[in-house]
Amino acid sequence: MTAITKHRLFWPAAILAVMLLANLIFTPTFFRIELKNGHLYGSLIDILLYGAPLILIALGMTMVIATGGIDLSVGATVAISGALACSIIADQPDQEAVGGVLTAVALALGLSLVLGLWNGLLVARVGIQPIIATLILMVAGRGVAQLITDGQIITINSAPYELIGGDYLFGFPFAVLIAVVVFTGTAVLTRRTALGLLLEAVGGNAEASRLVGIRARRLLVLAYVFSAFCAGIAGLMISSNIRAADGNNAGLWIELDAILAVVIGGTSLMGGRFSLAGTVLGALIIQTLSTTIYTTGVPPQVTLVFKAVVVTAVCLIQSPAFRAKAFRRRRPSAPAPAEAEVPA
Amino acid sequence: MLKKLSAALAAGLLASVLAACGGGGEDTASGGEAGSGKIVLGFSQVGSESGWRAANTKSVKDSAATAGIDLKFSDAQQKQENQIASIRSYIQQKVDVIAFSPVVVTGWDAVLKEAQAAKIPVILTDRAVDSDASLYATFIGSDFVKEGEEVGKWALEEFKSATGPVNIVQLEGTVGSAPAIDRKKGFEATIASNPNLKVIASQSGDFTRAKGKEVMQALLQANPKIDLLFAHNDDMGLGAIEAIKAAGLKPGTDIKIATIDAVKDGMTALAANEINFIAECSPLLGEQLMELTKKAAAGEPLEKRIVTKETTFTPQQAAEVLSTRQY
Repeated sequence: MTAITKHRLFWPAAILAVMLLANLIFTPTFFRIELKNGHLYGSLIDILLYGAPLILIALGMTMVIATGGIDLSVGATVAISGALACSIIADQPDQEAVGGVLTAVALALGLSLVLGLWNGLLVARVGIQPIIATLILMVAGRGVAQLITDGQIITINSAPYELIGGDYLFGFPFAVLIAVVVFTGTAVLTRRTALGLLLEAVGGNAEASRLVGIRARRLLVLAYVFSAFCAGIAGLMISSNIRAADGNNAGLWIELDAILAVVIGGTSLMGGRFSLAGTVLGALIIQTLSTTIYTTGVPPQVTLVFKAVVVTAVCLIQSPAFRAKAFRRRRPSAPAPAEAEVPA
Repeated sequence: MLKKLSAALAAGLLASVLAACGGGGEDTASGGEAGSGKIVLGFSQVGSESGWRAANTKSVKDSAATAGIDLKFSDAQQKQENQIASIRSYIQQKVDVIAFSPVVVTGWDAVLKEAQAAKIPVILTDRAVDSDASLYATFIGSDFVKEGEEVGKWALEEFKSATGPVNIVQLEGTVGSAPAIDRKKGFEATIASNPNLKVIASQSGDFTRAKGKEVMQALLQANPKIDLLFAHNDDMGLGAIEAIKAAGLKPGTDIKIATIDAVKDGMTALAANEINFIAECSPLLGEQLMELTKKAAAGEPLEKRIVTKETTFTPQQAAEVLSTRQY
């Protein structure tokens, strides 16, 4: 029993399970998944579909945070990527053409990589603190997105583009498939090769890792490029989901949700270690929380307070120090040395 | 020796700075009116959250150019602190008139008083504030309560023969914004006359398409029977249409939809019978705003409340005017 509760994914998983079960009380049909118009339909599918962009961004964020950095610019990258793809498609004579859509997607992702490279070079080569380096793009990026869309919302009608974030492949949301592929790819690359270990080494102590022969700077740049790439894909999903590019609102504050997802998932903001599965759980917890608010009818005026209370509770439950205290108070006679010895 | 020298230097610097401040102030004060001869209008927009807002921005910019008014434009990106900062900067620049669309209703007293102390008339556009009316020159914009009432009246007419309960879901605008508060008030007060009509769920969709879709998708899961959707703007309604389609239902038929604004995308959906009713909220107030700016700059007294001209649309009317729609 204690072996299970001590697994580092136990608490995020337990919290997610409790949240989903709580929904069952308010919405008896919450777990029902049915086929509608040839695709899966249900609350759980919605959570996965709307959670997919957040999962992607949080995966990228995990890599950056593992190196001891942070990437505040992902929300702006989301806006830029969606804006560029939609404006290219809107300019084409035939919006349904697969070739045109692929070009738009490739250019948008290409631009995202450039944005990531910019962040990476500022952090690794120029030596600016990550929070400041990425803050530059966070603030300026939304302006760039507005520039691309000319301040308008660009509406497009393109079935191939809609597939990315709003349509279904063999009845399953395509966006979720993308997220699964990126997750699996990242997990294999970081955990089946030495890459993950090297990233953690850089996050633990960049100078020491350089001295033992790790190319710390190159890894740092790589982490920011990967983060921007993930954000770029998320931007395509978000704009594709509503068939429109909204330079001002797409991905607004999503960087904060992503950081929260990473932290809830058990990755330390100090860098040096990370958990990809934890990040996915964290992102799903946040999306489930949003869905819960809509379906249970929490009044809009108190939504933010409700979120704050839940997030605080989630963080407290995950804290070994807090659990040890709460545990001791309930059962004063029970000794809790084993609990205290577990490193955070 | 060194100390004395630096003290002298500091004093010299200070003096020159003071002189620069005084001189600069006089310069802009006279330059604003006599120098270029152009009236300077500082305008702080809410953001560009929707197609409506984009049309509003374009109207203000175009009308300023036509009227020969020097427009200083800033975008608050939905944040009150940005808006207060840009209004303060307009006061420092000593513009002739300040106009802005407040992001939220409350919290404007201090900055309005600063403008008043600087003798710069303030025109509120499109959205109101809860400050005392003596703090601003005039408020030009739509009557949001009336827009909500128009939708309410249509709903009463549409469902007057309904014998059972009519389940209504409402997608509200940004929490705390004047249109969200007033449209909700107008709508709910009007439908209260028929006890069959009941709002079973009401959530904020932040006036955006993405949120409109996400929230509607969740509401559809939680509420098996929805008869009418009232979205506080077209964009949320358009997002909700996508959600309704994904749920295998037909928007406009299985679930009736009423929205407010009448932007082009919304009107296209209305003409296609995917929306059933739109109450117009015209963003084209640029021309009226420029007239008021000229009057305010000349020191003429203004009426405290000016309502923009608006109407309502059914699918047939939408199909007729769609080709001539400017925004």
